[in-house]
Amino acid sequence: MAKNLYEKIFDKHVVLAQDDTYLIYIDRHLIHEVTSPQAFEGLKIHERPLWRKESVVAVPDHNVPTTDRDKGIQDPISKIQVETLDQNCKDHNLLQFDMSDVRQGIVHVIGPEQGLTLPGMTIVCGDSHTSTHGAFGALAMGIGTSEVEHVMATQCLIQKKLKTMKIDVQGKTHPLVSAKDIALFVIGQIGTAGGTGYAIEFCGDAIQQLSMEGRMTLCNMAIEAGARSGMVAVDDTTINYLKNKPFAPKNGMWDLAEKDWRTLHSDSDAVFDKVVEIDATMIEPQVSWGTSPEMVKGITESIPKKSNLTSDKHLDFQRALEYMGLNENTPINEISVDKVFIGSCTNSRIEDLREAARYLKGKKINPSIKLAMAVPGSGIVKKQAESEGLDKIFMESGFQWRDPGCSMCLAMNADRLESGDRCASTSNRNFEGRQGQGGRTHLVSPAMAAAAAVHGHFVDIRNEKISG
Amino acid sequence: MRKSVDKFKHIISKVIPLDRSNIDTDAIIPKQFLKSIKRTGFGPNLFDEWRYLDHGEPGMDNSKRSINPDFVLNKPQFKDSKILLVRENFGCGSSREHAPWALLDFGIKVIIAESFADIFYNNCFKNGILPITLQKDEIEELFSETETKTLEIEVNLEKQFVKSSKSYSFEIDEFKKSSLLNGLDEIGLTLENKSVIVNFEKSYFSNYPWLKQE
Repeated sequence: MAKNLYEKIFDKHVVLAQDDTYLIYIDRHLIHEVTSPQAFEGLKIHERPLWRKESVVAVPDHNVPTTDRDKGIQDPISKIQVETLDQNCKDHNLLQFDMSDVRQGIVHVIGPEQGLTLPGMTIVCGDSHTSTHGAFGALAMGIGTSEVEHVMATQCLIQKKLKTMKIDVQGKTHPLVSAKDIALFVIGQIGTAGGTGYAIEFCGDAIQQLSMEGRMTLCNMAIEAGARSGMVAVDDTTINYLKNKPFAPKNGMWDLAEKDWRTLHSDSDAVFDKVVEIDATMIEPQVSWGTSPEMVKGITESIPKKSNLTSDKHLDFQRALEYMGLNENTPINEISVDKVFIGSCTNSRIEDLREAARYLKGKKINPSIKLAMAVPGSGIVKKQAESEGLDKIFMESGFQWRDPGCSMCLAMNADRLESGDRCASTSNRNFEGRQGQGGRTHLVSPAMAAAAAVHGHFVDIRNEKISG
Repeated sequence: MRKSVDKFKHIISKVIPLDRSNIDTDAIIPKQFLKSIKRTGFGPNLFDEWRYLDHGEPGMDNSKRSINPDFVLNKPQFKDSKILLVRENFGCGSSREHAPWALLDFGIKVIIAESFADIFYNNCFKNGILPITLQKDEIEELFSETETKTLEIEVNLEKQFVKSSKSYSFEIDEFKKSSLLNGLDEIGLTLENKSVIVNFEKSYFSNYPWLKQE
């Protein structure tokens, strides 16, 4: 019987089936400092061993400082959380890339970068953006801490099958329209709950043309459309990315693995519960204007008019505008910003930094910008960027060049917006208070963030002069 | 078998109407409180940015902070409420289980919504909270009832109904229902199949040997 990609991976991992409830096997368990301590505590209380320590990889990312790393963590509560992870990893003999390790970084950046994320795997992490890893033809999803404990103790998860949605992005996007724009456009179309209950497979010409970095950005944002998992089929791009990654299989094992990975795509006659077709040529650079990722428009458009919305949306619309300090019908390119953040598990990989730097080269950020920061996703990304001279381009333009971590995406460390600050951000959530209480977030691609830094307001990157 | 959560019981309580859609887990429990390494103590910071007028940080004496008198959770009649009524897509965003922990710590045992985000929905059951999905028009009816009075509702999980001035039935997965009613320890349940998992691993790693390599 024809199967789609989700079904292929799910079926391989079924340990037990009872009616429509399944016990599925988990290959890779990524953990970070925020959602793991209570799970380790649970194991201890119940005197349960960790089932398969080789499946676990740990990294501190949410709380780590992005400046003066050598001075350690100043916030005593953050410090305890990171030290607790250190101790738990020591007690259980787990692989951890700690704060002093060059491989440290955002959990969803380091997994793929190290070849710890592989096609066909089931991958979980106590973090909703685990969907990122689906870019490799893996079934990856975010779980809560109780489930983190469940996986630690049993190597399995209790699951229902998700419904499947195919999002087919046909045609070519404009060269300066990025994966982030595709993701935001899709969310604008189907809504933040459009993918609830589904695993999404992204396919079509525009997706095949994306690099692995772009596919990760896209799958990362699947959760913002409500889908626990986003995925892209394996192809040459996937295989080439993984070859020679530190933890990827080697030699004969690689050949065996590659043969299997090449089968990880939906069969041509596979059936999906829902199909969404999108014309890539319609997608322009996107900017979110409200407090939910579905409140998003193209750069040539305007914030909606209340009278054009159905009445059940009026209250949320009004509340979002008030929080954002904006008026209805305002053209997107008239919205000015005073801070810029390039980073997060959505957009902090080498390609994202290159995209922003290519635009910034030879330009200065606008004097109206109070702070612009570039935060690489990992120590490895940082090193690579520095070897290409990107750090100099950022700093010469007026950006700060930081150490890797989640940083101002969720402001758990010292990097945060002050009340009333308006930020062009390459992160994933524009919720109230997400980047700091009272802070206002506009979600954009790295190039659009860089252009907003230079102009002090949003501009259409397609009309900009770009070096190189 | 060891019980991990309290058994879910029949509940009659005043309902807190929080008339918003897309309430995300950042709003339910802001990030600064996620630095705790415990499962308890999050209740006073539930909806912190809406509930208080000042900025909250861990370790503050919350009884000394200025509260937002307009926010529904602060109304004295809802002090001991166990039921929260909201709109669609409740619990979207971050997977943080601190969100259900905060709700539970405040005393919430039931959330009634038009829809829930997947991860949050799942997390509720692990903590003995019952998330109930009703139709859009039913949610509307309940909200309009709360406009004129402090509404008391009865929630019966066993028979799957919610009762205000009228009765609404709801759907729930059988496995999840029995977990809640019996307060089952899911990890313990799974470990009863230990040998099945061990056997699965044997054939799995012989089929996919590169996954055994580290």
